[in-house]
Amino acid sequence: MRLDGATLWACASARAKGFAFVTAAALGVFATLLVAAGKDPLEAYIDTLTYVFGNAYGFSELLVRMIPLMLTAVAAALPARIGLINVGAEGQLYMGAWLATAGALALPDLPAFVLLPLLTLLGFVGGGLWALVAGVLRALRLVNETISTLLLNYIAPLIVSYFIFGPWRSPETASYPQSPAFVEAARLPTFFHSRVHFGLVYALASLVLYWLVMTRTRIGLDMRAIGGNPEAARRLGIPIIRYILTVMFIAGGVAGLAGMAEVTAIQGRLVSELSPGYGFIGFLVSWLAGSSAAGIVTMSFLFALISSVGDILQITQGVPYAVVNILMAVILFIVLGRHSVGSVAR
Amino acid sequence: MTAEGETPLLEAKGIVKRFGALVANEISDFSVRGGEVLALLGENGAGKSTLAKILYGYYTPDAGEIFVNGRQVEIASPRDARALGIGMVFQNFTLIPALSVFDNVALFQKNLPAVVPRAEILERMRRYAGRFRLAVDPWMQAGQLAVGDQQKVEILKQLLAGARMLILDEPTKVLAPQESEGLFETLAELRAEGLGIVLITHKLREVLACADRIAVMRHGRVVGVVDRREAKEEDLLALMFGDKPMQLPPPLLDPAGRHDRGIRALELVDVSSSGGAGQTPLRNISMKLQSGEIVGIAGVSGNGQREFGDLILGLQRPDAGIKLLWGEDASRWSVAAVRDKGVASVPDDPLALACVPGLTVRENLVLGSGERYSAGLGVDWRRLDADMNRSFARLGFPRPNLEARAATLSGGNLQRIVLARELAQQPRLIVALYPTRGLDARSTMMVRALLRDMRDRGAAVLLISEDLDELFEVSDRLLVLFHGAIAAEFTPEDFRADLVGPLMVGATEQSDAA
Repeated sequence: MRLDGATLWACASARAKGFAFVTAAALGVFATLLVAAGKDPLEAYIDTLTYVFGNAYGFSELLVRMIPLMLTAVAAALPARIGLINVGAEGQLYMGAWLATAGALALPDLPAFVLLPLLTLLGFVGGGLWALVAGVLRALRLVNETISTLLLNYIAPLIVSYFIFGPWRSPETASYPQSPAFVEAARLPTFFHSRVHFGLVYALASLVLYWLVMTRTRIGLDMRAIGGNPEAARRLGIPIIRYILTVMFIAGGVAGLAGMAEVTAIQGRLVSELSPGYGFIGFLVSWLAGSSAAGIVTMSFLFALISSVGDILQITQGVPYAVVNILMAVILFIVLGRHSVGSVAR
Repeated sequence: MTAEGETPLLEAKGIVKRFGALVANEISDFSVRGGEVLALLGENGAGKSTLAKILYGYYTPDAGEIFVNGRQVEIASPRDARALGIGMVFQNFTLIPALSVFDNVALFQKNLPAVVPRAEILERMRRYAGRFRLAVDPWMQAGQLAVGDQQKVEILKQLLAGARMLILDEPTKVLAPQESEGLFETLAELRAEGLGIVLITHKLREVLACADRIAVMRHGRVVGVVDRREAKEEDLLALMFGDKPMQLPPPLLDPAGRHDRGIRALELVDVSSSGGAGQTPLRNISMKLQSGEIVGIAGVSGNGQREFGDLILGLQRPDAGIKLLWGEDASRWSVAAVRDKGVASVPDDPLALACVPGLTVRENLVLGSGERYSAGLGVDWRRLDADMNRSFARLGFPRPNLEARAATLSGGNLQRIVLARELAQQPRLIVALYPTRGLDARSTMMVRALLRDMRDRGAAVLLISEDLDELFEVSDRLLVLFHGAIAAEFTPEDFRADLVGPLMVGATEQSDAA
């Protein structure tokens, strides 16, 4: 891909406009909602902004939220490039967390510099294999990947629940279903005395790799060919099935990293309510970003901000967190309304 | 240009249509009379289809006036066009495949009542079908019909909807020779009824066979309207191509061409394939193809041509029998392996089958080349550019803008890109499936010369085509494919339409000619 300055600028400005439009529209609709609930939207927004940008802690929490969003967005963006719709990042996240937990509980005596890379690998493999189930079904032309990834989302948390209610239930906190706390060596490091953790490196590395592969490599070209015209790709000898399987595995793996980071850095143990729908929001982020790496960062920021709004409003205004779901739904509709939903390779 | 005293059925004056900076149409005066067949002749990209789409309301012209029966009208949509009695049969048919012929025809009628008057419509269908030789079983599913019959349904639905003028965009492109004859008979009947017919084509022979007047287009303009009785082939060609002399492509031979002829490139031994949904199964096909020879495959489309090509290219595997490439059992080879061995494929529809519209021309050129241009994980673009420049030069094609997205190129230019890519690596076996379908006269000559040239350099060429003239001109041997089986084989002394044609539609009485 060779882009001249003018095209790049046009792309960037179009994306900036899209971002501004979506933000403005979402905040506008949400303001109406707040007014209807008898709250002052302006005050609510100012509260949020002072909280998020007014001190280091608020901003660090925003970053913490961005990490799983960026990872799950890559998990959706990668298959999108070959025309597959992966809505299963949520389940893949849970399975990554699950397999990483298995490793953390089974090997508590390893030193951190061995254990953490191993848990990272397990997290990747857990999410990857979960997505691969959908990939295989798709490659065999048995089940559409949109359906299978969606349904697998409902199974993964149940598997996690089974383990934390059963085999892995912590004896110390028997009243509450969760796994025992991980040993210190299994805890992903955090930075700057905040909850911002090493997962940020995973997320940024995934995005950079994603961008490099798509724009600079033969593999990316093949993938764009499959996404652009699967029939021609097939006739030109591009191994489509191999790409479906590999891409689904890697995408699931990236989502699995999000789950691994959540249990090893944030929770320190496996819990049932691991994700407030990061995988679904990540899909939305990827869709809004048009699968562009830079777009994923900006849209993750926006959505992390929105979920912060929910938290803060709950505290300062007494508005239930669920309003955030309304806000996200509004954004989804705005986005779907602007782009007609693309057709997918069959 | 209009007839003396008589009001034309349709007249267009001062039409201008621009697409961005490109002037697609600039037409001072164009008219169609009732009771005539007007051929619209021109090269690819001459603006024929644009003009037709303006008349049918698909495009709104930037300037100009249109008169129907002498009254000025505005055609803002196909609905308006239909209300004015203008019908169009597109290259890609617009039937709903899951519905019956009857449903398709009924759906198209103006103001169809909530309760469909079946008997009345059926009766009219029968009447029109009988009069204009358009008989099709009304209860057949449209998707099940042969292409020729689908075209009949398209015409029938326009007639029932009250069309007084019919625009046909390259109607013979999809038809076998006999079917084309049938279409011309239908057109003659329609003309006798007083309909005005616009026949878009770039085939001179058809024009001279059935048109009353011939309007020649070049660069978006009507450069001449000729009466058929006075039309001469050379004059029409001169009009079509302007002052540029018609020239064959430059000789491609470099003296160091290979001369390894007589080597068995491809052999099929009793090959059968079941085929998937909507595919024609191949039945017990045995054939051989040697380097330095062109074998033509004749047949009406839908008789297994695509499946035959797919089988050789490795897209489909034989269920029984063996496929040998240069003596090796290649029955289970992947597409990539087949291409790697030196098999090139030139399909009929480059946009759908050989290019990715969203990628640039350069990116399209590297697709399907295996590991040839790999440089680490990336692509060695410089080497690719050098190779492709050489290929374009060798073929005598102008070098395209490599940064342009493939979607912005015309069909003819895309076909050139595909040819340059496929022939860049000196393939040893070329599978060409309708390679000249949709190309203008000049490009067609170029492609045929190219195939012969590749043959002379020692390539084996399999030419799958419906155009008997093309097959007779180029082939060294000819096989006829009918219902997925080889019905007969011909050598050049028997290359006659009256011998080959009947076998294409399943007649067997002349099979002793093989």
